[in-house]
Amino acid sequence: MARDNDVVIKIATVNGTGSASANGLLMKSIFRMGIPVVGKNYFPSNIQGLPTWYEIRVTGDGYQSRSGQVDLMVAMNAQTYARDLAEVSPGGWLIYDSTWPRNKLLNRDDVTVLGIPLSRMCNEHFEGARARILMKNIAYVGAIAALLEIDLGTITALLEQTFGDKKHLIASNMEAIRLGYDYAQENFVCPLPKKVKAMDGTKGHIVIDGNTAAGLGCMYAGATVGAWYPITPSTSLMDAFRSFCSSYRVDPESGKRTYCIIQAEDELAAIGMVLGASWNGARSFTPTSGPGISLMSEFLGFAYYAELPAVVFNVQRTGPSTGMPTRRQQADILSCAYASHGDTKHVLLFPADPGECFETAQQAFDLAERLQTPVMVLSDLDIGMNDWMVPEFDFDDNRVPDRGKVLNAEELENMENFYRYLDVDGDGIPYRTLPGTHPKGSYFTRGSGHTKYGGYTEDSAEYQEVLDRLLIKWETARSLMPEPEIEYSRFNKAAILTVGSGNGACKEAIDRLAEQNVAMNYCRVKAFPFHESVRQFIEQHEVIYVVEQNRDAQLRTLLMLDCDADPVKLVPLLHYDGMPLHAAFVVERVLEEHSKGRAA
Amino acid sequence: MSYIAKPKVAHPNLPRNTLGLTARDYEGAVSTLCAGCGHDSVTAAIVQAVFELNVEPHMLAKMSGIGCSSKTPAYFVSQAHGFNSVHGRMASVTTGASAANRTLTYIGVSGDGDSLSIGAGQFVHAIRRNLNMCYIIENNGVYGLTKGQFSASADIGSKPKKGLPNQQEPIDPVSTALSLGATYIARGFSGDKEQLVPLIQGALLHDGFALVDVISPCVTFNDHEGSTKSYAHTRKHYHHVIDTDYIPPAKEIKAAYEEGSAMPIELHDGSKIVLRKVDGNYDPTSRAKSFKFLRDHFNAGEIITGLLYINEERKEMHDLMGNIDTPLSEYPLEKLRPGKKELKKILSRYR
Repeated sequence: MARDNDVVIKIATVNGTGSASANGLLMKSIFRMGIPVVGKNYFPSNIQGLPTWYEIRVTGDGYQSRSGQVDLMVAMNAQTYARDLAEVSPGGWLIYDSTWPRNKLLNRDDVTVLGIPLSRMCNEHFEGARARILMKNIAYVGAIAALLEIDLGTITALLEQTFGDKKHLIASNMEAIRLGYDYAQENFVCPLPKKVKAMDGTKGHIVIDGNTAAGLGCMYAGATVGAWYPITPSTSLMDAFRSFCSSYRVDPESGKRTYCIIQAEDELAAIGMVLGASWNGARSFTPTSGPGISLMSEFLGFAYYAELPAVVFNVQRTGPSTGMPTRRQQADILSCAYASHGDTKHVLLFPADPGECFETAQQAFDLAERLQTPVMVLSDLDIGMNDWMVPEFDFDDNRVPDRGKVLNAEELENMENFYRYLDVDGDGIPYRTLPGTHPKGSYFTRGSGHTKYGGYTEDSAEYQEVLDRLLIKWETARSLMPEPEIEYSRFNKAAILTVGSGNGACKEAIDRLAEQNVAMNYCRVKAFPFHESVRQFIEQHEVIYVVEQNRDAQLRTLLMLDCDADPVKLVPLLHYDGMPLHAAFVVERVLEEHSKGRAA
Repeated sequence: MSYIAKPKVAHPNLPRNTLGLTARDYEGAVSTLCAGCGHDSVTAAIVQAVFELNVEPHMLAKMSGIGCSSKTPAYFVSQAHGFNSVHGRMASVTTGASAANRTLTYIGVSGDGDSLSIGAGQFVHAIRRNLNMCYIIENNGVYGLTKGQFSASADIGSKPKKGLPNQQEPIDPVSTALSLGATYIARGFSGDKEQLVPLIQGALLHDGFALVDVISPCVTFNDHEGSTKSYAHTRKHYHHVIDTDYIPPAKEIKAAYEEGSAMPIELHDGSKIVLRKVDGNYDPTSRAKSFKFLRDHFNAGEIITGLLYINEERKEMHDLMGNIDTPLSEYPLEKLRPGKKELKKILSRYR
């Protein structure tokens, strides 16, 4: 007997046919019924014409990743019909548009095929080519509603909310829903054994993507300058920041903007603008992706050495080079950690979901200003562009941002001398001044060799003194990093260690493994340099499965470099095909290693 | 370069500006450039310009990239903040700095390599934005620090010290800036300080992107016979079309100018620059006419100098965007965060 609220719907359509809003409507309706959902958008690097998929996992258990299965396929794209059919799990269902005949060869005995004449129905009921195409999408939502027992009242309420007083749009959309719904009721046995049922699993939650959350976080962090060059999949971060600012960042007295967003000519300029702005005391940031990091590398090294704050969001996509720009990966870990020539290393933060994007964005500005160094937030396309169900964000109105060691005019007036790179407090973090504050505060910001007093030097000892002090600062950074998420039992000698968007799949895998009597501890790192407890965690285990989404085990490499971790202990579990990680992959690979005789 | 430290004591009777500072107070560290370098003359002109304009040293931001020219911000106004960035990227850093604090005075010092090769992209885009800054190019046609390779401003036929003459088309920063819509475009010569100082002053006071292209010969690698950027060549082919005088806000224009030849232009702070046409055919307020004049004379091998184009109408970057007058870096943080209650409202859209 199939369980309720455990079903995966995948919709195959053509890019540019307006299916996104229909799919959003479907997912939101299920969410509004109190049922946890996971949404994944698999889209091409294209505006119109190429195949695109949307996958909705209904998960009463509240898991966060995709399941790796498809129960109900909506095959709207003739181009991909064969592979879409092949992807359905045995015992599953497939909906297709029966207006046109299917190729008889394309069939499976273990899949129930449900033909609905979507085009014909919509052609009969709607006028105009565009409306007919759009309504076809809404009609399949209606059919799914009948098949899975999704509440029509919830759908109606959502449409009313979406279209507001555009009554004719509500009416036409409801008509399309009805077309699909009634056809399914009349022609199929509804509901299917796998169906949804209202529950109370979404209270206090929202459905949001990570880029929107990060853009909102930037506004709440008090960021005022954003510079960027458009690049998938980071573009929507600045779009979100701009949209929030247009509502909340208008000076009430003058009606003028209290933010400045600059679309740069390239990423070289974008990071230069960020550094110029932060040098002048504004909280500034740039969202980008892997290729942008490559271009920014020279300036990132400059900022490390001249000690300027900067916040960089790297919404990672699939590399190398242009790679697959609309697919996900975590393959920029090493290039970010050591971006730039010379002895350079950077603070990295790894949010795992949109909720953490909102928090991490704020934290990133605090850390960048405290440590006077670039802080890179490594999100990825899965987090950034997909809708996630997460607890509603909170904000403490009393939250005091950490602006770091910045001397004001009065402090400068009372000082004998100000020296920019002097480690006064012993934590490796010198004091800085902002231009225009006080004549005594002036100093020369440079990427060339400098002494602890800020002067130019080519003297070996003076140069090395500053370089060594930066290592003291690195250890201070380590102490300020967010602690990893750890689930630990002293009875377990094996563990899974992961990062960022690997979180959901790994946690689900631990549950699955426990069902097979393979008990695992868990660690999810949240920052680099690694918190001291990461080192301890590794020491406490005989084997650590390092699960990450790149080919070269970059996180594992970083653990070896920064924690002196024994490489033999760190077993890489690598997933790098561009699709999001899922639990079945982790379970399978762990069991495979397990059967080789590794302790677990 | 000189290795003798500059004495800190100044003559008590040195003239003082309205801030009570002497020209010595606007100096910087001792230059490490070659003796006779044109750049040091430009540095001296900058010192005089900001001294006379009564610029508060700590309200001046000195921006640069990489190269001989980019070293010079260390040699003037040591009480100003300096930002010696990476090669060809001074414009972006200044853009960001201005975004955060529009009340500082920005002076960027760049070279022909820094602005016309590696930094060409940033140079042109700063112009498009009409970034409010004085952008000086110390233009000598060669790379000095790497020992004499041609830069993108080298003229066709100009001879290097060793090897074959340049055959590639040069990039002329003045006509480039004119075609891109820069709102203040001047060219000077490091050997003519009298002309250069008011050009820099006008550039500093202009609200928008002000380019000052200064022919500044490289005595070590490009001052020989056959070079078109040498002192001798520049002096010979130097065609001065417009004289410029800077008149502070309070002062009346006293000098007698012949009618038709003098053109006072009011700047945003109420001061004026008076242009005196030396060449009657020149019109510095018409983009089309200036462009033709410049190209014709450029093709004839002449070096046209003076304030070559000015447009006080076009808004600078912040005003084009509608940004607040207060520096964003000083805007109170609590006003930048909408707070908990508004967050709830925002998030209701995602429920």
